Amino acid sequence: MHELSLSSAIVGTVEKHAAGRRVTVVNMRIGALRQVVPDTLDFYFGFVSEGTVCEGARLEQEPIPARLRCSPCEHEWELDLPLFRCPSCGSADVKVVSGDEFEVESIEVEEVECIAQR
Amino acid sequence: MHRTKVKVVEEALDANNTIARANRADFDRASVRVVNFMSAPGAGKTTLLERAIRDLDGVRVGVLEGDVQGSMDADRLASLHVPVTQLNTDPSFGGECHLDANMVRSALPALPLEDIDLLVIENVGNLVCPAEFRVGEDARVMVSSVTEGEDKPLKYPLMFRTCELVLVNKVDLLPHLDFDLDKFLYNLDAVHPDVPRMLVSARTGEGLEEWRDWLARLAARAEVPA
Repeated sequence: MHELSLSSAIVGTVEKHAAGRRVTVVNMRIGALRQVVPDTLDFYFGFVSEGTVCEGARLEQEPIPARLRCSPCEHEWELDLPLFRCPSCGSADVKVVSGDEFEVESIEVEEVECIAQR
Repeated sequence: MHRTKVKVVEEALDANNTIARANRADFDRASVRVVNFMSAPGAGKTTLLERAIRDLDGVRVGVLEGDVQGSMDADRLASLHVPVTQLNTDPSFGGECHLDANMVRSALPALPLEDIDLLVIENVGNLVCPAEFRVGEDARVMVSSVTEGEDKPLKYPLMFRTCELVLVNKVDLLPHLDFDLDKFLYNLDAVHPDVPRMLVSARTGEGLEEWRDWLARLAARAEVPA
């Protein structure tokens, strides 16, 4: 259900960059660790974008796998279960390499042509 | 009419984090340490807070109480004669299931920051949304009660990963439940290895001394107790 708040955050970010232009596509990069349900995000995005420059825009969600790196032994692996301990040496000193993203990567906007008046 | 692609590359939650940093700066200026207190509904946050505040000698505590509706929890805490500020997320915020930095910012003028050492922000009961939104806290404390099941760290890893202390509440009920404490701790360590944890019962008082000590140490120093 956090997808509702997350959708508002997306619209807020996009509005800043759209500068009033109508948005047709929003390209998101979403890390696996964010626990976002894609269909739910899509649904709420449609709902909160009503009346904004994002109304009718398509939300593209690129899933980013969760990868961790062990600081002591430098082992790097992709996470499928939420286990934050190195499977190679057992250390808990691990860093998230990717998977925390909730990033608006780019947007596509409609530019209105400037036609010189004769 | 033609279409243009605009590169953005911005975390959508940056706006919240910026406001959270501003809140934190205001708290720091007033020398107030802040706890973001989170759990599922019914895990015992308010009772654990009541029990801690009552005997927290020498620490001036204030509470910011976040609820979707009503002021039941705030009324309970106010009876302990500490300043309590109620923040309802409904209807003005659309019934949000969590507090965010901006809601806390809106409550700042109502908070007696000059008169307190420690502010506990009791978040809306929820294991998902509050984890996403920093509010300007020094430390995140979460309560997980033994009636909730051993699997919760694996189901809500973001919440369990991003807290500095876990209070395992209602341990007085363990003899009556199938809850496997070792399995819970094993799951907790999988998600957040070595996170400080305390076994407590707000009902019997078990572990509450340790919980009060932790709060007192946080209030006395800038850093989060290990």
